[in-house]
Formats: sequence, C-alpha cells, structure tokens
Amino acid sequence: MLELKNIAWSLPGGEEIIKNIDLKLDDGKLIVVTGPNGGGKTSLAKLIAGIETITSGQIIFDGKDITKLDVTERAKSGIAFAFQQPVRFKGLCVHDVLNLAAGEELAELAACDLLGKVGLCANEYLNRELNSSLSGGEIKRIEIATVLARKAPLSIFDEPEAGIDLWSFSRLVETFENLRKQGTGTLLVISHQERILNIADEIVVIANGRVRTAGPREEILPSLLQGEVAPFCPYGKEERK
Amino acid sequence: MNDITKELLSMISDFDEKFDGAFNIREDSSCAGRKSTENIKIENKKDEPGIEIHIKPGTKGEKVYIPACVTHSDVDDLVYNDFYVGEDADITIVAGCGVHSDGEEDARHNGIHRFFLEKNSHVLYEEKHIGVGNGTGAKRIDPVTDIYLADDASMEMDTVQLSGVDTSIRKTSATLGARAKLIVRERIMTDGNETAKTEFEVLMNGEDCAADLMSRSVARGNSYQEFLSTLNGKNRCTGHSECDAILVDNGTVNAAPALEASHLDAALIHEAAIGKIAGEQILKLRTLGLTEEEAQERIIQGFLK
Ligand SMILES: Nc1ncnc2c1ncn2[C@@H]1O[C@H](COP(=O)(O)OP(=O)(O)OP(=O)(O)O)[C@@H](O)[C@H]1O
Ligand SMILES: [Mg+2]
Repeated sequence: MLELKNIAWSLPGGEEIIKNIDLKLDDGKLIVVTGPNGGGKTSLAKLIAGIETITSGQIIFDGKDITKLDVTERAKSGIAFAFQQPVRFKGLCVHDVLNLAAGEELAELAACDLLGKVGLCANEYLNRELNSSLSGGEIKRIEIATVLARKAPLSIFDEPEAGIDLWSFSRLVETFENLRKQGTGTLLVISHQERILNIADEIVVIANGRVRTAGPREEILPSLLQGEVAPFCPYGKEERK
Repeated sequence: MNDITKELLSMISDFDEKFDGAFNIREDSSCAGRKSTENIKIENKKDEPGIEIHIKPGTKGEKVYIPACVTHSDVDDLVYNDFYVGEDADITIVAGCGVHSDGEEDARHNGIHRFFLEKNSHVLYEEKHIGVGNGTGAKRIDPVTDIYLADDASMEMDTVQLSGVDTSIRKTSATLGARAKLIVRERIMTDGNETAKTEFEVLMNGEDCAADLMSRSVARGNSYQEFLSTLNGKNRCTGHSECDAILVDNGTVNAAPALEASHLDAALIHEAAIGKIAGEQILKLRTLGLTEEEAQERIIQGFLK
C-alpha cells in the first residue's frame, strides 16, 4: 500500500505546487488520477517516484517510510514510472532498455510479449535505437513497455494515451484491464480518457495542487462526466473563487 | 611473439592463438609472423620499413590482419604500409594497434597507411587502438591514412580508441573518384590527461561521389579532444560530417568541421553537438533502478557502441 501523508511540494521560489495531499492507494487496485491541465498530476507522480522531493509530509510504501529515498532506491523498492514525455537515447536500442527495466536479459519471446502489450511488433522495433527517428506514439508505447517490463508492485503511467493511435490505445486499455485482473501490482494511471476512467477501481481528481475529490469510480465518474461539455472542468481552477 | 603481444592482439582483434587468413604481425618494429594467401600477397618494402599488401582483382570475402604492437617503453616505431586492392575485390582489413609501456620512456607507434582501391573494389577497414601498462612513459599512437578511391570504389573505415592512449594524432585524407564512396565511423574516449586529435580531409573530385564521416567521442577527466574535418566538394557530390561529443568531469572537446565547395551541385552538410549527458536520460535509467554512476556508464557505453 502507498500512503501519502499530508505531502506538499514548493518550488525553490516558494510557489506551492502540491498542497497537503493525503491519499491511500490499496494494493492491486487500478487508480486513475485526472483533473485539469497544470493541476499537479505529473508533479504528484514525480514526488512518488522520487524525481522531485516533497517539502513536507511523509510517503509510506509497503509499511516503509520512503520519504528520504532517492530515485534509484525508490525504483529498487518497487516503484516504476512511465514518463509523460519519454526520453530519447542515442545508442540504446529498445531491447537494451527493456533489459535494463527487467533487470535481466530478456529472451526475444519475452520482449515480444511486452511490446505486444502496447501494440508494437518486436521484429520491427527490438533493434531500433531510442533516438529521434522514432515517432511520438512509438516512443510513448516503448516507454510504457519499459514500465510493464519492471513488473513492479506500483506502476505509475503518466498520460499513457497521449499521442497513441486508436488501435494501440484499445490494446493498452486491455493490457491495463488484464493487469488489474491479475492484481499483482497497484496501477496508478494519470489520464484524461473516459475509457481509462471506465476501468478504474478508484478515481482521484487533482486540481490546483489539491485532491478535489476521490473515491470509487461509481461515485466519482457520473459527476465528472456531467462537466464533459462545459467550457472548463468542473473541478478546475475557475471553481476556486 | 611475446606474451604481451598475444594479449594486445586479443584486445585489438579476434586473435585466438592464430589468425584465419592472410596476416602480418608487427612487434616492436620487427615482423613476428606473416602469411600470404593465394589472393593476398604480403611482402617487405624495399626502401623503407613496412609492407606492401597486394590483393588480386576479384578477391571476395577474405580477411587480412595487419596488427602492430609496441610491448615496452623506449620503442618509437614508424612503419609505411601500402595496400593495393584490385578491381572488383571485396575484402576486410583488420588493423589495430596496441601499445604497452612499462618504463619512463615513451612507447609510440606511428603507422602510415596508404590505400589504393581500384575500380569497383570495396574495403571494410577495422582499426582498434589501445594503450596498457603502468609505465610512466607516454603511450602514443599517431596513424596517418591516405586513401585513393578509383571510380565506383568504396571504403568503410571503422576506428575505435577507448582507453589508455596518452596522446594520439590521427590524420586521414581521401581522394574520391566518380561514384566512389567513403564512410568513416570513429569512436574515441579519453580520460585523465589524455589528448586525441583527429583530422580528416576529403577531396571529392569525382562526379556523384559521396562521403560520410561520423565521429562519436567522450572526453572525461581532464582530457582534451580535437576534431577537424574538411569536406571539399569539387564536383556533383554529397558529403556529410557529424561530430557528436559527450563531456564528463572536466573534459574538453573542440570540434571544427569545415566545408568547402567549388561546384554548384556539391551538397555538403555538417553537424556538431557537444554537451554533457542529458539529465533526463540519467533520470530515466535511475527510475529503472540504476544508480547515477551506472546510468552514466550505460549511456556512454551505448553511445560509443
Ligand atoms: N519545475 C517546475 N518549475 C515551475 N513550475 C512547475 C514545475 N513543475 C511543475 N510546475 C507547475 O506546476 C503546475 C502543475 O504541473 P504538472 O505538470 O504537475 O501538471 P499536470 O496536472 O500534470 O498537467 P497536464 O495535465 O498538463 O499534464 C503547473 O502549473 C506547472 O507549470
Ligand atoms: Mg502532466
């Protein structure tokens, strides 16, 4: 279980980006985090992965206080994170990165299986370099595959849908559903997509650095969708006044 | 052949007690073994130190090894090797040089290689340089390579120098005939107080000839590297040179790619990028469980692959 205890994060200049967030993520659940652009979703994910450090509060993971652990240590303790904007490398190919993620030399079949989960064919991609020659949707799907390769107790995906075609997106939704059914790890998916919200166990809405609302999908989703055609998200900054 | 030579040979080539194919092993300025084959004749030069390698027209798929080793300090080896590659031949030449120093004096190898490729021939030239040993004397390798490509000939040059050479100055020049093609891939890593300088000069004389120079380098410690290249387009041709360098610690890289064109249809491009490893690359690998140091090494290893 991941527990965020009253966490906050301010920029060096003093601006508070994440404000007193309390959250509990139960094991084996699929939790979808949504909310308006700039609300603090990516910041929250980075704080969990240790890429940024909270300025106050406490993070407990599997009963251990991981607040002081750095990125590497958090990764080793079982947290995986798929970046919203994937990183490109000159000289590392898809197979290399999948191996690093899995922590072992993946046989071609295993690598093929992982890429299949994001709708990519291993024959075409395993030896491709992760450089600027890959399209936006391709590199995004490879990024997701690296996190799947880690088979971590907690996997965080930051807008996995971004830039992905319809067919691969369907495949991805199916993959998330399967992972959820297996229940081997907790999935934290940041998303704006209804199809992903639809398979959530729980939904957390983050706006203006705070949790606006959180709870089981059945409770949260109907009210979220009501605002679907509104000029602004009902939980957005406009509401703050 | 002494044990240091054997060890150096296994580092710079696929030597495993023997070579498959024609070879000439140079050890401390003398010959430690030679074999010619039906199609590849190796013989001494008459007026200067070195060898001539003659490859019969039409020879296909054969390999020739010409490694040079300097096994102790106080050796200043200078050698002139000439390669004559017959029409339509298609072969691989494995060169490479290992320098071992054990004393205060310098250990140096200076190989001057000339390649004469006849029409429609193709050569893959592989060269690995390495310096080893605890001597305080400098380990130096200064190769000079002159390449002459006849019409439709092509040469791919693959050079690697990843550790232990204190100073090196590499000069490569090439003259290209019509439709001739030169591809150079260079990888260099320097550390400590090492310096490495590369200079390329390509004369693109023939119509529709092409040249592609790619250099990837990593400068660590207090090391210094210089990359100079000149592509000179004198006819309708395409030329590309690219220098991509990563700085670590206090390393310095100076890249000066130059283009010169005296024909309207000469299309020449150069790219140079120097910088430290992108922080987000390190971060990404750390989220996969690597430490910062491991991430850095893995990125460098991939970059120089
Ligand atoms: N390092 C930073 N420096 C300055 N501002 C930052 C920094 N990181 C985040 N912010 C700001 O904090 C707010 C939250 O950003 P964050 O990336 O977490 O939003 P988000 O909810 O993920 O948005 P989106 O849906 O667009 O991805 C934004 O206003 C952003 O500009
Ligand atoms: Mg975001």
